[in-house]
Amino acid sequence: MKPYTMDFDVKARDFSSAGESSSKFRKTLLMLSIPSDIVRRASIAAYEAEMNIVIHSYGGKMHFEIYKDKIVIVAEDTGPGIKDLELAMKEGYSTAPKEVIEMGFGAGMGLPNMKRNADTMEIVNHDESGTKIVMTINF
Amino acid sequence: MYFHSVTLDKDRCKGCTNCIKRCPTEAIRVRDGKAKIIKEKCIDCGECVRVCPYHAKVVVTDDIGMMENYKYKIALPAPSLYGQFKDMTIGDILASLQSCGFDEVFEVAYAADIVSYITRDVVKTKDYKRPIISSACPAIVRLIQQRFPSLMDNILNIMPPVEVAGKIARDEAKKKTGLKDEEIGVFFVSPCAAKVTSVKNPIGIEKSYIDGVFSMRDVYSMILDKRKFTEKKIEHISSMIGVGWANAGGESYGTSLENCLFVDGIQNVIGVLEDIELGKLDDIDFFEGLACVGGCVGGPLTVANNFVARNRIIKLKEKLNKDASIKKYIEVDFHEFMLNVKLKKSDVLNLDEDIDKAIDMMKSIDEIYKSLPGLDCGSCGSPGCRALAEDIVKGFASEYDCIFKLKDRIKILAEEINKLSIKIPPVIGSDKEVKP
Repeated sequence: MKPYTMDFDVKARDFSSAGESSSKFRKTLLMLSIPSDIVRRASIAAYEAEMNIVIHSYGGKMHFEIYKDKIVIVAEDTGPGIKDLELAMKEGYSTAPKEVIEMGFGAGMGLPNMKRNADTMEIVNHDESGTKIVMTINF
Repeated sequence: MYFHSVTLDKDRCKGCTNCIKRCPTEAIRVRDGKAKIIKEKCIDCGECVRVCPYHAKVVVTDDIGMMENYKYKIALPAPSLYGQFKDMTIGDILASLQSCGFDEVFEVAYAADIVSYITRDVVKTKDYKRPIISSACPAIVRLIQQRFPSLMDNILNIMPPVEVAGKIARDEAKKKTGLKDEEIGVFFVSPCAAKVTSVKNPIGIEKSYIDGVFSMRDVYSMILDKRKFTEKKIEHISSMIGVGWANAGGESYGTSLENCLFVDGIQNVIGVLEDIELGKLDDIDFFEGLACVGGCVGGPLTVANNFVARNRIIKLKEKLNKDASIKKYIEVDFHEFMLNVKLKKSDVLNLDEDIDKAIDMMKSIDEIYKSLPGLDCGSCGSPGCRALAEDIVKGFASEYDCIFKLKDRIKILAEEINKLSIKIPPVIGSDKEVKP
């Protein structure tokens, strides 16, 4: 059966609406009878990916696919990519600019949190042209 | 059957859309010119009671006359009662309350002192998920069961003060009077609609220790009537911590935990719970969420303005002891004050148990939603266009409940009729060519 899909544009540095797509995604999961621990994990993974686009990219989009037994989250942006992937996966390592950190974001937990909450996480692309991350959560 | 305290006074309801749009759980629809509360969705937060300009939302409380069915009658005043009166000490209020026909008054504020004490103890010993979430506001607990089920494990498993008060007062009265359980009546004087519901449908315990819930409004005027004739004062035993529970932040203060966050107003609480679920507030030890602005002093059954009442509580607290003497109750095993029935997730938001079916329904909702004007006007009786689309797919509404869709359809039909009306049959007029 075809999945239920949701698509959102995410603007760079737009902190006033940051997290909106993850919030709508979360509400949808509840309506679709997805188990509550899966709702929580998927919401966190989606939120962190969305915030990464807001903080680090030139803008991008979030794509969600909800199946009977799994959720696929695709976060894709238009650059500038991730320079040192190994470092970026470390907890607490952040390349967020000072003013963003002052706002309470960019604590260096984004990618590690995504990895922890998703069952699989594939970084399809991370060069200057942009970053694309695909996460799946099975249930 | 599930009982609800918030109900509708049909004669007063004008069928306007104020309540449907303000309900945080989208639990109200307008049907046949009257508001209709979907009882499975309602969490008794009292928002609609406050927002209705015609006072058509009524909190059903117990009739004070029910006291007569009991031999020994105990009143349990909520801490917020102390903020309702001008120039009355807590002792005055308690004495006047007792002379309204009760044999005894037992302060819920004092039980709150006990709950605060137990809280300080259990947060040290038991490994709770952080932040620990208060169980005191029943509307918030129901909200979590409905919208944040993954946070149910964070909820503090101590009985709310009113139940602790009910249990202690009942047990002591039994010992003192030798009466049977059913001969003792325990009555809560409540500022809160949700507490009325949670006495009938207990949260986290098998059976409530309370027999009836009286509206603070009803008791307020009785207290004022008795005030002049009451000489004897009752010595009150609650401390500034217990009395402080009347205001938002009072419970947090009582935990002695360093990093507490208290939030009042149901919409504000929803926002913060979202953040908690995302793990953004893991550095907080204790979260106190209260549906009413100001906390319990802002309850829908209170009389005084919530800001005035809050101020009175602050003033009263200044004169009180820092601690209450509660040793005799907690030396007894305090596990009897713990919640012992596991909270259940509410499935009311689910479109269908079957995920595939739910996905199909969601796709239909999206299709219909796209065709709606997106004004969220509420004229269809649903709180917004998205909610109407949901109601249509669930079979509770039709596309033409939307007045804009209806108008468009009428326009198309009218144009069609107009077109047809100027057509003339060949026998009367038009000279149409005829070919073999």
